[in-house]
Amino acid sequence: MAEGRTGTPVLVWQQIRYQNRLFWRTPIAAFFTLVFPLMFLLLFSVLFGTEDIEITGRGVFSVAQFYAPGLAVFAAASATYTNIGVGTAIARDEGILKRFRGTPLPAWAYMSGLIGSGVWIAFIATVVMMTVGVVAFNVNIESSKLPAALVTFVVGAACFAALGLALAAASPTGDSAPAVANATILPLAFVSDVFIAMDNPPDWLTAVGNFFPLKHFVRAFQDAFHPLVESPGFEFDHLAVMAVWGVVGTLLALKFFTWEPRESASGRRRRRRRTGGSEPSGSE
Amino acid sequence: MSAINVRGLTKTYGAVEAVRGIDFTIESGEVFALLGPNGAGKTTTVEILEGHRQRTSGEVSVLGFDPAEAGREFRERIGIVLQSSGIDRELTVRESLRLYGALYPKRLPIEEVIEIAGLTEKADARVKTLSGGQRRRVDLALGIIGDPDLIFLDEPTTGFDPSARRKSWELIANLRTLGKTILLTTHYMDEAQILADRVAVIARGVIVAAGTPDTLGGRGDGNAVVAFRSPGAVVRPPAPFDAAPGADGFVRVEVADLPPALHALTGWAVQQRVPLESLTVTRPTLEDVYLQLTREADHG
Repeated sequence: MAEGRTGTPVLVWQQIRYQNRLFWRTPIAAFFTLVFPLMFLLLFSVLFGTEDIEITGRGVFSVAQFYAPGLAVFAAASATYTNIGVGTAIARDEGILKRFRGTPLPAWAYMSGLIGSGVWIAFIATVVMMTVGVVAFNVNIESSKLPAALVTFVVGAACFAALGLALAAASPTGDSAPAVANATILPLAFVSDVFIAMDNPPDWLTAVGNFFPLKHFVRAFQDAFHPLVESPGFEFDHLAVMAVWGVVGTLLALKFFTWEPRESASGRRRRRRRTGGSEPSGSE
Repeated sequence: MSAINVRGLTKTYGAVEAVRGIDFTIESGEVFALLGPNGAGKTTTVEILEGHRQRTSGEVSVLGFDPAEAGREFRERIGIVLQSSGIDRELTVRESLRLYGALYPKRLPIEEVIEIAGLTEKADARVKTLSGGQRRRVDLALGIIGDPDLIFLDEPTTGFDPSARRKSWELIANLRTLGKTILLTTHYMDEAQILADRVAVIARGVIVAAGTPDTLGGRGDGNAVVAFRSPGAVVRPPAPFDAAPGADGFVRVEVADLPPALHALTGWAVQQRVPLESLTVTRPTLEDVYLQLTREADHG
């Protein structure tokens, strides 16, 4: 018989490892997070060609220098926002959140595990993308701007992890969570210069892009690899917008997050109604 | 000290009164079964005691805590086996137990729990490969991994085949010998009969009867029914057994004072060399009493 409470750092570490394990054992999630963005990289190299661009006084750069960081950000955003949102909504439907609620695990420890694991997987996705960029597409990395890239990554990934928790809270069921995730992140990606920078977009589209955090994540991260940006390359205005969205996501999650399976999710599994209802016979 | 104390508990959902003033006490080390039809308020009551739900009014004390406000210290001492809580499909049984066990300050050795739950052969199997009954045993294992003082079991054997139910009953009986307090809800009267020290029947949000399984609703001292296949018109049995047989050829007579009546009947049978085929003496089963009580509640 063991005695004594598990210490807080160990508890959080165990939760992160637990979420990581779930990720690696769900091949479809690993595919969409790690492989899918790489397919974009390959596709773009076909579409845009592999011609080099000469920038006076800076040298010669491959086109991938400009779009690989955007795709890395997209991968990081789906590793956090989409994975956390969808995974948590499904765990709620399956009653896994409810089980945790009945144990001594503090809510913040569970959420820390989700966020920690999401940021770690986003880190892997980003490193994979940039490494493939360097090896296969001659992307150039300036070590003096790596701290800026790293800080941008951490702030951005944390922001999208918090928004992932908000997404779980906003999705009625685990089935609908992927739809909600894609319906928000994909259109946003197009107005946030993830895939291509638009030439002369209408003002309102620019305003939409500027309002949400994805474009700021993309810009700040791209600049850390952009030949014309001087080191150290920190973009504090972009970081500030992401931090604000991170706080907004956290507040939304705190306000609307629930641990119980929702009414509309019942019937998916062998389960009787739990949450009370409109008539006594069904509301045990 | 009593483990659970409930006084005047009510819960309303909008205009619906799911629980309408319930009182009961469960002593430490006792196995207490809450019986009732779907929608009677069983699960609502239990979930209030677990801290999953807020009550509308009344007093509730569980292990000395008010579950509505209790936190980590309270949850470290209870084990909850719900019907509706899931297990990660991609984890193995052992990994699940390690994950959840680490959340409790007191924890039972994982190997021991695996053995108690009868999961030795499945310890390294992913949860998704288990049958429904095996998953339910993982639920039970997760409910006891933290060595709780009080265990909530919400319909622990619903959907089991008979042999799996027997095994789970043994498991639950073992927990009782360890001195655990157990609050059980069930639809199965035989389950309550075998496992529970005391039962309470809940219907339409109130407790309609409480007592030991053997005496509930006056079971212990109710009339017995004596039945046997009618021997035909050879010789008439003594009164009151001379009644006309039913369509199935059986004579059924309700008697208040059993020993003399039975003595008269069997004495007559020996004397007349009548075999008294299929002779039975039955008292109302727990199920009979339960059905009667819940029916009365429905009509009252």
